Amino acid sequence: MTPVEIAGVGIHPFGRFDGTSVTQMGVVAVRAALREAGDPTIEAAFCGTAYSGVAAGHKVMGAIACTGMPIVDIEAGCASGAAALQLAAGAIRAGQYESVLVFGIEKMPKGIIRSSFFEPWREQAGLAATPSYFALRAQRLMRERGITKEDLAELVVKNRAHGVHNPNAMFRTAVRSDEVLASRVVCEPLHLWMLCSPNEGAAAVVLRAAPRLGTGSVELAAACLRSHLPGSVLGEATPLAGIDDAAITAPSALAASQAYEQAGLGPDDVDVVECQDTDAARELLAWEELGLCRPGDQAAALRSGEHHLGGRQPVNPSGGLLSKGEPLGASALGQVVELVHQLRGEAGARQVGLARVGLAHTVGRGANASVTIVRRH
Amino acid sequence: MTDPHHAEPMTSIQPDGFELRVDGSCVLVGGFCASSGLYHFPLQDCCPYTGAFDIERAELATTGSLWGWTTVTTAPPGYEGPVPYGFGVVELDGSALRVITRLTESDPARLAFGARMRLVADVVAPGVAAWAFEVAR
Repeated sequence: MTPVEIAGVGIHPFGRFDGTSVTQMGVVAVRAALREAGDPTIEAAFCGTAYSGVAAGHKVMGAIACTGMPIVDIEAGCASGAAALQLAAGAIRAGQYESVLVFGIEKMPKGIIRSSFFEPWREQAGLAATPSYFALRAQRLMRERGITKEDLAELVVKNRAHGVHNPNAMFRTAVRSDEVLASRVVCEPLHLWMLCSPNEGAAAVVLRAAPRLGTGSVELAAACLRSHLPGSVLGEATPLAGIDDAAITAPSALAASQAYEQAGLGPDDVDVVECQDTDAARELLAWEELGLCRPGDQAAALRSGEHHLGGRQPVNPSGGLLSKGEPLGASALGQVVELVHQLRGEAGARQVGLARVGLAHTVGRGANASVTIVRRH
Repeated sequence: MTDPHHAEPMTSIQPDGFELRVDGSCVLVGGFCASSGLYHFPLQDCCPYTGAFDIERAELATTGSLWGWTTVTTAPPGYEGPVPYGFGVVELDGSALRVITRLTESDPARLAFGARMRLVADVVAPGVAAWAFEVAR
């Protein structure tokens, strides 16, 4: 199969941009990615978005007079952008296209995310409060993995410290552990600063077929998307009931093992990680799902600093969603943009040494989970 | 049904899964799949774990153990009931199903893993009740 190269990346900062449309944000990211790639002839475009409405991708491409090719909008919750990336990469590997544009756009409503996923009666019963599911998952992780509320606060401190150096992040101030714990309780054990903010932004990636990958080029070594296996009551599929899930593999772990196999790598080969930190506990759970640590080793790993900038394997050097905020459709591709900057040595004060292999992870509603691996040659 | 203590009749928010009875009791209705040996909730046409269609209706135990809990402090979209309210997971006796539920106790400090719980009806809107669990005294 034809290897896939990342020929260009672009991003519109993540934040709140009153007066700027989701189409305009998409245009900024797409133009930047196309320019980096040398303005190739785009044969197909895949757009990840959850809240942008009908033909959102067409509006972006129409705004830059770049239409005529297939344009496909894709919704896969927090993994929407990664789902678009997976389809584009597959088409190139199969020899269908030479150059494909992948982008993600979002302008989220403010406050607790309302999702058409839940039936109206479930909302009326109070059984559709998204942060409360995060809280139950956090409580379980604390109980089963020996994690404390102070550990959750320290995870926030880590990511917010990283975000200070990211011009595309929404929050760019460092925080202290006691400040995190002093922010109001949203759903025990989660305080407000332990939760990411839904927001707005866009990101874009140009992929091209690369029979030979030159020195310095960045390869898309794996782009995997998986859904949940049934049965886990606290999984991202958010069913109303579940069974003993000790033997049920989580979708993030399914995507990770597939991605490692495709790339011919293991967790120890990864130099830098961007992962889903919807809330502080979600990142700590991702560490074990992605094989970055053994179950129960999270607190020790956090204290050792191995996943901090300057450590053995930094996680979320961008500041993560806790600093950037989460525009659903743009989120996964924003991670890829960060990793490409890291692999090229263009990440400034948040640069991870001589990063050669990067891994990006998202998981959310569906359930959908993605793991993407990029490698510099 | 009519609650003897109230003039207004009380209806279930989800009559297929949560039955209110004339004697004032209530029950969660799920399904049991003979071939998988697994219970599910709410009742479906096929087993949500295996896809098998040998399903029979099953009234689930009204008691269980507390498996997870938190408190919702801000009314989420589409919800007009009282705030704060308890929210959690109860592992039911017998079926071992872990069911998402409201909790009548909204102070998380007064709950503990494994606490014995009992099913009750909880008013979420005028004349409308959802299932909830309270600590069994």
